[in-house]
Amino acid sequence: MPYAKIVLSDADVQRIVDRIAHQILEKTQGAQDVVLLGIATRGVPLARRLAERILAFEGLALPVGTLDITLYRDDLRQKAVRAIGRTEEPAGGVDSRRVVLVDDVLFSGRTIRAALDALSDLGRPSAVQLAVLVDRGHRQLPIRADYVGKNLPTALTEQVKVRLAEIDGVDEVRLESAV
Amino acid sequence: MRHLLSAGDLDANAATEILDIAAEMAAVSGREIKKLPTLRGRTVVNLFYEDSTRTRISFEAAAKRLSADVINFSAKGSSVAKGESLKDTAWTLQAMGADAVVIRHPASGAPHRLAHWVDGSVLNAGDGTHEHPTQALLDAYTIRQRMGKIDGLRVSIVGDVLHSRVARSNLLLLPTLGAKVTLVGPPTLVPPSLGETSYDLDEVLPESDVVMMLRVQRERMNDSYFPSAREYSRRYGLDGARLRCMPEHAIVMHPGPMNRGMEITPEVADSPRSTIVEQVTNGVSVRMACLYLLLGGKS
Repeated sequence: MPYAKIVLSDADVQRIVDRIAHQILEKTQGAQDVVLLGIATRGVPLARRLAERILAFEGLALPVGTLDITLYRDDLRQKAVRAIGRTEEPAGGVDSRRVVLVDDVLFSGRTIRAALDALSDLGRPSAVQLAVLVDRGHRQLPIRADYVGKNLPTALTEQVKVRLAEIDGVDEVRLESAV
Repeated sequence: MRHLLSAGDLDANAATEILDIAAEMAAVSGREIKKLPTLRGRTVVNLFYEDSTRTRISFEAAAKRLSADVINFSAKGSSVAKGESLKDTAWTLQAMGADAVVIRHPASGAPHRLAHWVDGSVLNAGDGTHEHPTQALLDAYTIRQRMGKIDGLRVSIVGDVLHSRVARSNLLLLPTLGAKVTLVGPPTLVPPSLGETSYDLDEVLPESDVVMMLRVQRERMNDSYFPSAREYSRRYGLDGARLRCMPEHAIVMHPGPMNRGMEITPEVADSPRSTIVEQVTNGVSVRMACLYLLLGGKS
């Protein structure tokens, strides 16, 4: 039987963003030299929200950038050619700053591997951290997140669908069975 | 997309996708590390049967920025000089495992033939008097960058249209993207069958958003297409006085190489309204986009 259940509602997503914003402030002692880098597509609005919350909590405006990792993927040859999204360096660049990569779902870790490669072509951050809304497990590479919204145990056949208001009109995370 | 042979094969969506990807590639060219790992392990052969500086170097730079291996093959000093046919050369490239062949050839249609003989992608880098699709794409990219759009613009292509593959590819691409193209030049060099034509440059200039000057090939100057270089220059050359007759927002383009003093004066070529240097820069980004679209996915 196919099934789908909502694992995070819009209120849950908001609370998680608030919490991660606080955690970033705590773990980086005030986030003075931090820049947020959202991984396309849904990491981008999440990074912007984190910046908004940190501005609200501490009055600190962090630079936000976007990173499209398509050209750094290790599976380009397995699939049809893909469109490319925008990469925008945060104001002031990434050199000697602490970069927090932001993505919606952490799964195999391959996207983050590609993002680290892309980041090293943009400059040389003093440190790189990772914030994700959902960690669904099944890592294929030695990568872990510094800030996790929700640990979600999943089967490999299941799908985690993240919807965000900026792109999809609503905040919601669903766990769906394979069709 | 399997090959890039003709600008006429691109519909508006496909052309716009290339321009959009080129814009992202341009951002890479502005970074300290101008390199992407995207085409690692792929081989691109530059097969040039005609002399060319900017197109060959541009394709080479584009392939290298995407981390492809590049093999340059020029007809001079190769087995072609010993009489090898295009087909035999194609088989050689095939045996070496070329994923893409960038070909420039004096015979119109040579890239189409080559596409039947090799498994890899074929990119037309200029064939005879026929086509030069990546030049048209970089021209479209430059127009969009300078003017903010292409749709609705009036583009005049001036000079030796008859022998120009640049003109033919632009005639196929720019109207697809919504521009209106007028061909201008002496009657001997502008075939009326190609589209809207004019023989009077001064009449067309005030009505043009983009003026694209074509090179007058030296070898044509003695072929009695026009009485003398000076007369050509007086009637169809773009000088400062004519530049001032153009609308203030209008730009001047030239695919290069230029004959300064013949079809364009140094005053115009070096003016801020000339896009000639940008065209060269944009060429690399546009060719990166083409190589990515042809080689970046599952083959």
